[in-house]
Amino acid sequence: MNIRKTALGLLLTAAVLAGSRPAAAADPEVVIGDIDDLSGNYADVMGAGGVEAIKMAIADFGGTVLGRKISVLVTDHQNKPDVGASKFREWADQSGLNMVVGGSNSGVSIAMAKVAAAKKVPFFAIGAGGSSLTNEDCTAYTVHYVYDTTALANGTATQIVANGGKTWFYLTADYAFGTQLQTAAAKVVEAHGGKNLGAVRVPLGAADFSSFLLQAQTSGAKVLGLANAGGDFSNSLKSANEFGITKTMQPAALLAFITNIHGLGLQTAQGLYLTTAWYWDMDADSRAFAKRYFEKMHVEPTMDQAGAYSATMTYLAAVKAVGTTDGDKVMAQLKRAKIDDMFTKGGYIRADGVMVHKMFVMQVKTPQESKYPWDYYKLIKVMAGEEAYGPITGACPLAPK
Amino acid sequence: MTEIFGIPLAAILGQLMLGLVNGAFYALLSLGLAVIFGLMGVVNFAHGAFYALGSFAALVGMQRLGIGYWPGLLLAPLAVGLLGMLIERLWLRRLYGLDPLYGLLLTFGVALIIEGVLQQVFGASGQSYPVPDGLQGVVNLGFMFLPRYRAWVIVASLAVCFGTWFLIERTRLGARLRAARENAPLLQSFGVNVPLLLTLTYGGGVALAALAGVLAAPVILVTPHMGQSLVTVVFAVVVIGGMGSILGAIASGLLLGLIEGLTKVIYPEASNIVVFLIMALVLIVRPAGLFGRE
Repeated sequence: MNIRKTALGLLLTAAVLAGSRPAAAADPEVVIGDIDDLSGNYADVMGAGGVEAIKMAIADFGGTVLGRKISVLVTDHQNKPDVGASKFREWADQSGLNMVVGGSNSGVSIAMAKVAAAKKVPFFAIGAGGSSLTNEDCTAYTVHYVYDTTALANGTATQIVANGGKTWFYLTADYAFGTQLQTAAAKVVEAHGGKNLGAVRVPLGAADFSSFLLQAQTSGAKVLGLANAGGDFSNSLKSANEFGITKTMQPAALLAFITNIHGLGLQTAQGLYLTTAWYWDMDADSRAFAKRYFEKMHVEPTMDQAGAYSATMTYLAAVKAVGTTDGDKVMAQLKRAKIDDMFTKGGYIRADGVMVHKMFVMQVKTPQESKYPWDYYKLIKVMAGEEAYGPITGACPLAPK
Repeated sequence: MTEIFGIPLAAILGQLMLGLVNGAFYALLSLGLAVIFGLMGVVNFAHGAFYALGSFAALVGMQRLGIGYWPGLLLAPLAVGLLGMLIERLWLRRLYGLDPLYGLLLTFGVALIIEGVLQQVFGASGQSYPVPDGLQGVVNLGFMFLPRYRAWVIVASLAVCFGTWFLIERTRLGARLRAARENAPLLQSFGVNVPLLLTLTYGGGVALAALAGVLAAPVILVTPHMGQSLVTVVFAVVVIGGMGSILGAIASGLLLGLIEGLTKVIYPEASNIVVFLIMALVLIVRPAGLFGRE
């Protein structure tokens, strides 16, 4: 379906470019780019809702910064690293790009981070999970904002091992994100005295998961670690239910979004443990944002969409504070500032680029526990940022141990 | 436990069973493609989109109109089939004399529109369709627990495949359909309404895709893109079976499901390319496909 996606991407880009081409004025616009999967497996995780969230942030900021108008460029990376990276480069060269909000897919984000470093453009990785973005693949311009594989594993895996789920078998998406997530979870399981009995690597977007699940079942493990996301996550959980595997194995969602739970329904998803950076029904601030968002999109925002809003705000505040869009100066300011908004309280950006903030271990409610629409999670545990993201590993040259 | 090459026999039998379930879907989908290509010479790129549309039709029917699974199994393919006939009447019909590439482009565009609209209306993350009452639960086969619903999929798919084969190869109507492909003007001169036959054929092929969609709805998440990963495999199945061969599509669909199932035990990473490897081999050794006529 290559031609299809390329054509779609070109069309979207053309439409957006036509709409927001910077005018030839003395004061150039401040240009924010959003590069995400807009048409595929992950399109509901951030996607069009992410674009809306960024626009809401710009409007809330007043539409201008340093007296310059703020504009947004949007493109569909189609889950292809080369597409994401080349669009990033093109905007940096031709459209006066100042900052990029990166959507789903770790593979694409790793490729885009390299461009960010070359062009000195701050890059906020939102949807990507791979913790290599702030380790082996780190750059001075990358901010990993919402979650990473380390924090996700620390949340869900620690909780389940503590509850007695000691033996694990993984269903792993066969690309950067899946393997990094599996490695992170396996480390946590071992550190807490559990055992990893094996894994099966499943091609991305597989049509049928039952064969892989049968292998998980024959492993005799107690816990089914789902190191995948999006449609793959939902389909594997749905099949696990159908085959009665959830009766003998406890499924562990290593990355799940509220839209996944909504699609699966509580009947299927109930009891599932997952780790999230944000939940719409957490406090008055989150509910206020969710309400405004819901009016536009008719679904509750995911943590990525809330994160895209927050990242845009955080960036614009840093630009305002230093009085310039110069990448180096803005990054220095970003690493000094505290982040306190509806997304998180007391977050900060570490030398390696990780935005350290609280994470929440949640359990999906049963249909009886759910009292109103989208009432899906109950809070099990709040993890402090340091606990969730762990110490600086030293793998990133910018941040020695 | 008995083992073959270090793999427990029960695991192999289990995977073969699941392979048969997947093969049943492949057979049903490739059957529709083969009917459309074999009788009309149209490469129907919109097949995956019609499959998704079948699922959504069943889903919407249930959510908005309270139509259950069993009536949905009939009504959804009917509705999608009617849409197919409309598309044939309005657009596809104008391309018959031309290079097959035009039909391919048109159906490709139709697929884009259908999937785009579905995503606009329903979003990308998909929805669940419940397993119908009476088919819930699992059967213990000794070597595995097979969900009742999946067993039903195999039965239903084989029945429909046989029925379609019988209709086309063994009945008077089927003979006319095949004659329309061989020599349409001659058939028309006997007083047979050939354009109507073609409209019905396309509608029928599309309805088969939608039927597969309804059958799949309780098994996988209903998403606008659910046909995409499947339809590329199904095209390979049709090529392996022999373009346009009805029997070839059915047999190679089931066979490839089984082979894919085995690959998932032996080397899971290769499970999404094994079909294409076989396609390459078949094209080298027997370019017309396993059941194709030169």
